[in-house]
Amino acid sequence: MYRRPTLVGTIVRHLIIWITIVFALFPVVWILSASFNPTNTLVGQRLVPRNPTVGHYQELFTNPQHPFPIWILNSIKVSGLTALFVVCLTALGAYAFSRFRFRGRRGGLMALLLVQMFPQMLAMVAIYLLLLRLGGFLPAIGLNTHTGLIMVYLGGALGFNTWLMKGYFDTIPRSLEESALIDGATHFQAFTRIILPLARPILAVVFILQFIATYSEYLLASVLLTGAQRYTLAVGLRLFITGQYTTRWGVFAAASIVGALPIVLIFYLLQNQLISGLTRGAVKG
Amino acid sequence: MALGLLDALGIWTFCSLLLRGEYWMAVGLAVALALINWIYLSKRTYPLKYLFPGLFFLVLFVLYPIGYNIYIAFTNYGTGHILSKEQAIAQIESRLYLPPDAETFDYVVFQEEGGTGFAFLLYPKEGPALFAREGEVVPVAPGVPGFLDQDGDGVVDGAEGYRRLGLPEVVQNLSTLQAMEFPYGEKILRMTSLQEFAAFERRYRYDPEKDVMVDLLSGTGYRPVEGFFTSPEGEALLPGFTIFVGGRNFFALVTNPQISGPFFRVFAWTFAYAFFSVILTFALGLFLAYHLNNPYLRFRKTYRMLLIVPYAIPAFISVLMWRGFFNPEVGVFNQILYSLFGIKIPWLQDPFWAKVALLLNNLWLGFPYMMIISLGALQSIPEELHEAAQIDGASTWQRFWRITFPLLLVSLAPLLIGSFAFNFNNFTNIYLLTEGRPPIPGAQTPAGSTDILISYTYRLAFEGQRGNQYGLASAVSILIFFIIGTISWINFRFTRALEEVSENV
Repeated sequence: MYRRPTLVGTIVRHLIIWITIVFALFPVVWILSASFNPTNTLVGQRLVPRNPTVGHYQELFTNPQHPFPIWILNSIKVSGLTALFVVCLTALGAYAFSRFRFRGRRGGLMALLLVQMFPQMLAMVAIYLLLLRLGGFLPAIGLNTHTGLIMVYLGGALGFNTWLMKGYFDTIPRSLEESALIDGATHFQAFTRIILPLARPILAVVFILQFIATYSEYLLASVLLTGAQRYTLAVGLRLFITGQYTTRWGVFAAASIVGALPIVLIFYLLQNQLISGLTRGAVKG
Repeated sequence: MALGLLDALGIWTFCSLLLRGEYWMAVGLAVALALINWIYLSKRTYPLKYLFPGLFFLVLFVLYPIGYNIYIAFTNYGTGHILSKEQAIAQIESRLYLPPDAETFDYVVFQEEGGTGFAFLLYPKEGPALFAREGEVVPVAPGVPGFLDQDGDGVVDGAEGYRRLGLPEVVQNLSTLQAMEFPYGEKILRMTSLQEFAAFERRYRYDPEKDVMVDLLSGTGYRPVEGFFTSPEGEALLPGFTIFVGGRNFFALVTNPQISGPFFRVFAWTFAYAFFSVILTFALGLFLAYHLNNPYLRFRKTYRMLLIVPYAIPAFISVLMWRGFFNPEVGVFNQILYSLFGIKIPWLQDPFWAKVALLLNNLWLGFPYMMIISLGALQSIPEELHEAAQIDGASTWQRFWRITFPLLLVSLAPLLIGSFAFNFNNFTNIYLLTEGRPPIPGAQTPAGSTDILISYTYRLAFEGQRGNQYGLASAVSILIFFIIGTISWINFRFTRALEEVSENV
């Protein structure tokens, strides 16, 4: 579909792409520069800072006014546990849908797809009130607890992931388990000893996708977490930039870099596997 | 083993629920427990053994909230109407007043020896003293067993097993002592000052037969109107309570001009925002993909890697970064514009420019995704079509618009519609960049010029100046449900996912 280009055409094409690359990278470079800029304000920032400093990074981890290390750990804890449980729950469900023939199977698959179309966050008011009431007698899963937040995330993550995983399980030949069943293994043994090891790639993809999605989730976390010590990074980071933020710009920039780094690394290391998963699952949050 | 633990925990919770009077929750829990035991002990339910853990969370945190959300949308639940009617009645009935001719008492405070309970000896102006402790008030005269008249003046001044407290100890425990109430006949004895007890009377009494709250002081009847007990003169008693209001929340969105005006602006902007976001990101993404797909172009891999940087960064971080860039005084965009052209744009302050800022930000966030999916789709278009068209003499431009583009649209339409639905609810972008601001002047609800429906819902529920309007917020979220449902249905028609499902099964 492409003709061999002329020299002028090639130059124009590269130029246009470079302009877009500047558009794509400028914000990142600018934030990186701000994080090393000693002035800590938006005013008078230059692309290459004079007297670069790592002071903002030090302040980030030591200033007790904003518990940034706690936020990062909270984020990793909540995202990691959510992803782990999502993998377990969807693997179990997907196995049942893929291998068993039972009444309501088709209806169940359809229902999952339908439920998935309604974003869970729309029910934020009801979820908030539900946790408020649950917290009345089970404080461990009420408002402002990570357990409660993780459980809410689990509810919202199952539909799409179950489909993704079921699709993968369907490609694993049944004969493998059947021989194990004949040798006297139970279904559950066949599932844990044969299917799960073979399905490792999809388990990893679901884990990573869920980790990224949970790490980036803002709305429910901000509704359900009310104490600064419990905030995830998504909720906490905003505090740097509201109010008197022009005076904390450098610290905010450092926080952004540190906060984005793990996700960017995962993304680039696994981009081929992830992009196929992400593009099938519509849009990243 | 695990099942036994779960049962134990469940039964414990069940009892604590019963004790708190949360009967519906208790019933729900009991049913769930029975279900779990049946599933994991019966042999015939093996698929459910695998499905149950996931289903449990799905039902509790998605299906139940959706149902509850629908219920709330038809009530006036929100600040001032949080309690149930029974709770509101109990609160109002517990209110006391001091009649002008109230009986007053001198008093002495006692504390149980070796215990913490307090008791009082109350001396009325005439008649025998009263002994008041938790749960009882009894008249006592000298000679009643257990009470002492130590100075022999014919008035009881001590109780066996109780130690008299001096003034310093009374002051120390004042807040506890002042909160103590002793029902005595129709009246309630309570401390009024450090010197005095008095017989209070209940101010209100609810008559369940006539459904009216009577003010015993003035005789006024308060009838329930709009979730408040209201007198004929229109005076309302606080707190209010939750009532079923039918479709009023929905009608308010359409007919109450102070609510509907801003609501329609939010509604229109939601569609415009989602539409332009998709168009702009798709245009740029497709443009780049078309050129990156060109086999004669060098450094394609590197370019692609650099161009997807915005996609790799969590959106909440990038949006907050851009918020700094858009700062009208000192942000980098205005600095550049000022040094180049001598202008400063009121980003985030002017309704129009705030919208431009959002779209620009979202273009940056979204174009890599569009580029990736376009690249995939371009590679799946068979080369023969182009060769045939080329032989027929079609120009590059014609071939793109007549062949490539229509084929692309067919395969990408579901993803574009998905992207529309995503941006329709793109709370992170709106809320973290503009918080919906600047506000729409004269709006009765917290509606801003850049609010989309989902951020409007959030602000109604959690950030309103007039309190939390959960009912109205839920009504808006149900509207979003319907719109998203319609979009998804259209999407289904495109992808024929339903047929795929049937084939798969």
